[in-house]
Amino acid sequence: MDLIKAVESAHLKENTENFSIGDTVKVFFKIIEGTTERVQVFEGVCIAKNNTGVRKTFTIRKLSYGVGVERVFPFHSPRIQKIELVRPGRIRRAKLYYLRDRIGKAAKVKELIKRKS
Amino acid sequence: MVAVIAEKIGMTQVFDEKGVLTPVTVIKIDENLVVEQRTAEKNGYNSVVLGYGEVKKSRMLKPVLGQFGEDKEPKKYLKEMRDFELECKAGDKIGIEIFNDIDSVDVIAVSKGKGYQGVMKRHNYGGGRVTHGSKFHREGGSTGQASYPSRTFKNVKMAGRMGADRVTVQNLKVVKVDTENKVLLVAGSVPGVNKGILTVRKSIK
Repeated sequence: MDLIKAVESAHLKENTENFSIGDTVKVFFKIIEGTTERVQVFEGVCIAKNNTGVRKTFTIRKLSYGVGVERVFPFHSPRIQKIELVRPGRIRRAKLYYLRDRIGKAAKVKELIKRKS
Repeated sequence: MVAVIAEKIGMTQVFDEKGVLTPVTVIKIDENLVVEQRTAEKNGYNSVVLGYGEVKKSRMLKPVLGQFGEDKEPKKYLKEMRDFELECKAGDKIGIEIFNDIDSVDVIAVSKGKGYQGVMKRHNYGGGRVTHGSKFHREGGSTGQASYPSRTFKNVKMAGRMGADRVTVQNLKVVKVDTENKVLLVAGSVPGVNKGILTVRKSIK
């Protein structure tokens, strides 16, 4: 197992986890089309994080033109340029799959407001 | 043939140069010891006997130990490689370096045993209908004709022991040669259990 970890360690990003589940984030994802390269921004709510190690992924859900779109990104992908936190969310569970069945205002995640102590 | 004895460690995924996750098998290649060279004059064919894996001298049988002579350390696994292309002599060590400029390999190993299996799993038979009163589900069906020939022909596909066969997988792409960890990464899967012994050779096709 140690050898597998040694192989994976070369592909792991360090300290990239700057958001948690329920947060609204912007993912800057590089897209390579033939020779040209551009950055696409995918903004939505992180509804799940799955797996560990190099296979770690997170799921972002957004509504585009009234249609729910979910996209799974590999956490350690070199094609993710950066992840920007837009709005922290207040949640009570680790997987927000219940958002799929909700429409309109009910499909919102409340904003997390941290009180200064 | 350019080949070595190696060990399957397990599978994982890595990102390639385009950022695509690729499934890979991690193969450990420690140094192989050239135990013996067989020549056309003496043995009738050319080959090299390679040894792999550490073992205590006290655990070896004397007739097996005798192959290594007095100057070489004993090895756990021995394999003969016919028509070996690299220059070497008995006592030399062959490492992972030989794969540095090779981009595809074949892997030979004994596959995982599956036990006694029916014809659907073992020979990809389609099976029968499950519903609508069908009484023919996973059976093999007829195995031959009637009074002539009055016997079942040889090699008719039936249920039986599956797996634990010698399997060769050809043209696996080499993703990375890590000389530091003595690890070879090949794209895709490789037959056998983790920690199993493999033969890794340069692709012949």
